[in-house]
Amino acid sequence: MMRTSAIACSMVLASCGDASDAPEPTEIAPSDIQSGYTFLTAQTQTLQDDPFENPGYLWVDRGEQLFNMIAGPAVPSCASCHSDGLIGVAARYPSVDGQTGALLNLEGRINQCRTEHQELAVLPYESDALLSLTAYVAKQSQGAPLSVSIDHTNRQFYETGRDYFLTRRGQFNLSCQQCHTENWGKQLRGDTISQGHGNGFPTYRLEWQSLGSLHRRLRDCDTGVRAEPLPYGDPTYVAVELYLATRADGLEVESPAVRR
Amino acid sequence: MSGIRLAVPETATKGEIVEIKALIRHPMESGFRRGSRGEVIPRDIITRFECDLNGQRVFASDFHPAVAANPLITFHMRASESGDLTFRWIDQNGQVWSEIASILVS
Repeated sequence: MMRTSAIACSMVLASCGDASDAPEPTEIAPSDIQSGYTFLTAQTQTLQDDPFENPGYLWVDRGEQLFNMIAGPAVPSCASCHSDGLIGVAARYPSVDGQTGALLNLEGRINQCRTEHQELAVLPYESDALLSLTAYVAKQSQGAPLSVSIDHTNRQFYETGRDYFLTRRGQFNLSCQQCHTENWGKQLRGDTISQGHGNGFPTYRLEWQSLGSLHRRLRDCDTGVRAEPLPYGDPTYVAVELYLATRADGLEVESPAVRR
Repeated sequence: MSGIRLAVPETATKGEIVEIKALIRHPMESGFRRGSRGEVIPRDIITRFECDLNGQRVFASDFHPAVAANPLITFHMRASESGDLTFRWIDQNGQVWSEIASILVS
């Protein structure tokens, strides 16, 4: 009975507050922003730091091969255009495409390059080839501070991503914000809750025993609160990526990172 | 498909203890897991790792289902002579992946 009344009470509370009088959501103070790396054990940090122990480099190697591979007689390789590499590029993504106005993450940009400049088929999201190429490109920005600025071209995507982050969802009725902004550093079962930054992605997660994209991670989080996850590459997830990038402003790109 | 990364020092002084690292990409599927429909995912593991210097065995190891995916092996070796280190991984079906790295001992 107590429980029913508590639920009823919270429903009343949820329904009466409208957006205008809701308090401004808390944010992590810039001086407190910490990469997921700081929440790892010393052993896992060592695994990430050594390129000969970090399994993510297996995908970086594969990505380098694909980047330089010529797929057909009239098809240029990625390297034929990007001969100087793509240093620092990943730190500025997701980014709005000037022609279509769509928000693209690294995966989206790689696939756009394939269809427009190489006349190749789109690589499926989370396929080994797309993960490898993304890891190879992201690796070239390792150490670069994330710097995505919000202006009139990407503001609408930023708002969409921020809304998704702040909205309670799933059977647990939890928002990303509640764990990763309001309760980071506390224990969730055996784990310390991180601040939920995407600076290490694509990342090698020990739980996956594989490299995975940020969207895979977001799907895991959505599943964790028992919400319906969005499909891979969904524009809303790309918008969340944009919000996460601004939220992690100044953190260094760590891809391929190692996470639990 | 398979990827191998080796960390072998290019040079060493005679008698020095050197650290060798060998990483290979492999799912190391234990055979104990089940898929989303309850079906058993068949076992697929590497069962043996060997490292030879100029044909002489310096390190070997048997792998079992509890070894994680993309196994990393780190071991130490006394640098006795220059030559080629041959790394071999053999899976349960007899498939072999190998890679060679040179070391110059002076």
